[in-house]
This record gives sequence, structure tokens and C-alpha cells, in this order.
Amino acid sequence: MTSVTLGPRLQEIADDFAAMPGREKLQLLLEFSRELPPLPERYAEHRDLLEQVPECQSPLFLAAEVSGDDTVHLFFEAPPEAPTTRGFAGILHAGLDGLPADEILDTPGEFSSQLGLQELVSPLRLRGMAAMLARIKRQVREQRPARPGG
Amino acid sequence: MALPYDSAPKFADYARPEMLVTTEWLAEHLDDPGLVVAESDEDVLLYETGHIPGAVKLDWHTELNDPLTRDYVDGAGFARLMSDRGITRDTTLVLYGDRNNWWAAYALWVCTLFGHPDLRLVDGGRAKWVAEGRPLTTDVPQRPRTDYPVVERDDTTIRAFRDQVLAHLGQPMIDVRSPGEYTGELLHMPDYPQEGAVRGGHIPGARNVPWARAAAEDATFRTRKELEAIYAGEVGLRPDDDVVVYCRIGERSSHTWFVLHYLLGYPHVRNYDGSWTEWGNSVRVPITRGENP
Repeated sequence: MTSVTLGPRLQEIADDFAAMPGREKLQLLLEFSRELPPLPERYAEHRDLLEQVPECQSPLFLAAEVSGDDTVHLFFEAPPEAPTTRGFAGILHAGLDGLPADEILDTPGEFSSQLGLQELVSPLRLRGMAAMLARIKRQVREQRPARPGG
Repeated sequence: MALPYDSAPKFADYARPEMLVTTEWLAEHLDDPGLVVAESDEDVLLYETGHIPGAVKLDWHTELNDPLTRDYVDGAGFARLMSDRGITRDTTLVLYGDRNNWWAAYALWVCTLFGHPDLRLVDGGRAKWVAEGRPLTTDVPQRPRTDYPVVERDDTTIRAFRDQVLAHLGQPMIDVRSPGEYTGELLHMPDYPQEGAVRGGHIPGARNVPWARAAAEDATFRTRKELEAIYAGEVGLRPDDDVVVYCRIGERSSHTWFVLHYLLGYPHVRNYDGSWTEWGNSVRVPITRGENP
């Protein structure tokens, strides 16, 4: 498999998944689904501020906020009866929340293929994770002021 | 030893009442010897979050399909899977799952290809069990391994292949996908990603009855009367009709197959598991677009 360059936190997550044999990867995914933080009040009370990711097989809503220091904060909502989708959101949150916008924009879209989940989770679902990342990047780009020269 | 049937009055109206159990029945019989409960979900992680005590997991994606050929496991593969879950040929195998038993019905259909004698679905599935506040556990049961016999798959009775569907054109067929997929406006389920059908539309002559119409709000099956109003009333199926059902890969249509065959008693119902992902990509098969069959 060709590997792509990941940020250190995402790389650590990918390594953890790679180290887990077979079905134990699902347990790790379950942990990520449990660690997904709940929405803060400003989103919990204004869900219309979140963007739906229709490529996910279960309802998944997200928002990316670029702070004044150019770091990005991520917010996700997925129902408890959709643990796989929650797990994907948990991975993105653990791997990307708080990073500088440039690092998020540099995250390769195909990184989900490095988690070794293809044999356990259908490719359709994995594409859902790539779609989440694509929407996060788009939101980040839209919030950053245009930069001279690029 | 087969377990006693559930004598719930609602089931008595169905053609084969013994194919269903209520959550109450299951709660009472959970510890009975001879019973294995299996959960089969669309979300492959749901079992791990908590399941009915003692239930094993059947994963549609990794366990029921052949890893290479687009087909189900063979007799030896099925025997390995059943043996691993502690199931014998005499086991009363009770299936349940998420989303109106969508994938549980699919697992039941696959088990039927191997002629497992005693298969049942939990009416209302996982959602009803959870809504009633019944216990869940994350403990994975360790059942002693069994020696399930190798039984060859019977693909002739409840399964239809593309050429058989071609020969079936003009006879009753039900497309159980969403209206948008049926008309050809969508190439995939609403809110789901596109998964590789080149053409949109439906098989000529197929009538559109989205599968979930057979389920009530609480995920239980609709009553026989309600189901008859749909399939005999609206669609006009006659009791001796030879019916083919299909969807995208044969999972949603397994649910309708179960309804037509076991709940309404149609004797000849076949599931075309190649479904739209085969038909919509096949060279020179006819397709109809739009709302008319």
C-alpha cells in the first residue's frame, strides 16, 4: 500500500489501528465513538449551524471553526445508534481538532485507507469519512481571508 | 430441540406465524438450551456498543459474502461460520437487527439458502428491544464450538440470477428501492453515496413498493391486513404469482421477500441479489425510466 504523509496525531492513530489485529480494530473504533465530545451549547441549540454530510450512511453533522490564531476547532453530531459514523468523527476530532488550518488542509483525503479498516467496514462507509474531511477543508478555506499570492 | 413457537395473536394471522417472535417471548426464552440469538446490523459496530445478552454477531459485510467472488459463502464457509458461533443444525436461530430488521432479514435469507431448519426474526428488532428498556450487554458470549454440517447452498428456490430475471420480464416484479431510485432520478439511496450503477431506472414491468412500507413506526411488521392492502391491493399480486424482488444488492429486498413469502404466504418469491448494481451496469438489458412500470 502506498502511504501518504499524515500529521503526527493522525499518524499515531493510524499506527494504533495498524497494530490491532483484525476485529480488535472495531473495539478501537468504538473507543473513538465514545470519546467524541458532545456539542457545545451554541451548536446544540442551533443545529442549523452544522452542515450535514450526506455521504455518511447515518445522519452526521459537522462544523469547523477557524480561530483568530488560525487553529481549527471541529464539532460533530452523530446519533448513538450510528457508532461507526461516530467513530469516524471521533478519529477526525482526535486527529485534527486544534491544529493549524494549514495542517488540516494538507491532510490527504485518502488517509482513511491507512487505518486498515477496509476489511471490517464497507468501502461505502469509509468514503463517508473522506467526505467529512472534504467538508471540513471546504469550511476552513471559506473562513480564511484570501491570502496574497496563494 | 426446537423451541416452542410464539403464540402472539398478531402472528396468528400471518401465513407462517412460527417465523416471528416477540421481544417478550425472547426475554422469556433467552436462557433456553437450543436457542442462539444473532444480531445483524447495518452499522457493523452497533453490536459492540451493547446487544441482547447471549447474542452472537453475524456481520453481513465480512461473514456472509465470499471475500473475492460476488457471491455468498459456500457450504463449507457457512458451516465454519455457524460452528464458530456455536450453532448446530438443530438450533433455533433467532435473528434481530437495526433499521426495521433490514440486515437481519438479509441474514435470514442467506441462512435460508443453506436450509437452516429453524429461523425466526424478532418482530421490531433491535429498536423495539431497546425502546422497551430491556437489558443490553457488551459481553461477547463464548459458546462451545459446534460441528455444523456442510450443506450446499440452494440457489434455485429463493434466489434469482440476471438471466432468470430477463426470462421473467412481464411477470410480477417488485422494486423495493426509494421512488427516486426507481424512476432513475437517483443512482443511489437518498443520503447514501453513489455506488456504481451506470444507468438509473428500473427493470421493465417492476412495480415500486419501498421496502420499509412493510414496517410500522416501532419497526414491527405491519399486520397481515395492512400488508395485504399494499401487496394484493395496490400492486395486485395474486396468490399463485411467481414474484421477483430486488433492490440495490439484495438486502432491502430480503425484507420484502420475508414479508411476501412468510407473512403473506406467496409460495414463489425469489430475491434477485444482483439487483440494480448488476442490472444498471449490464450491457444490453432493458431499462425503464420514470414512474410507470
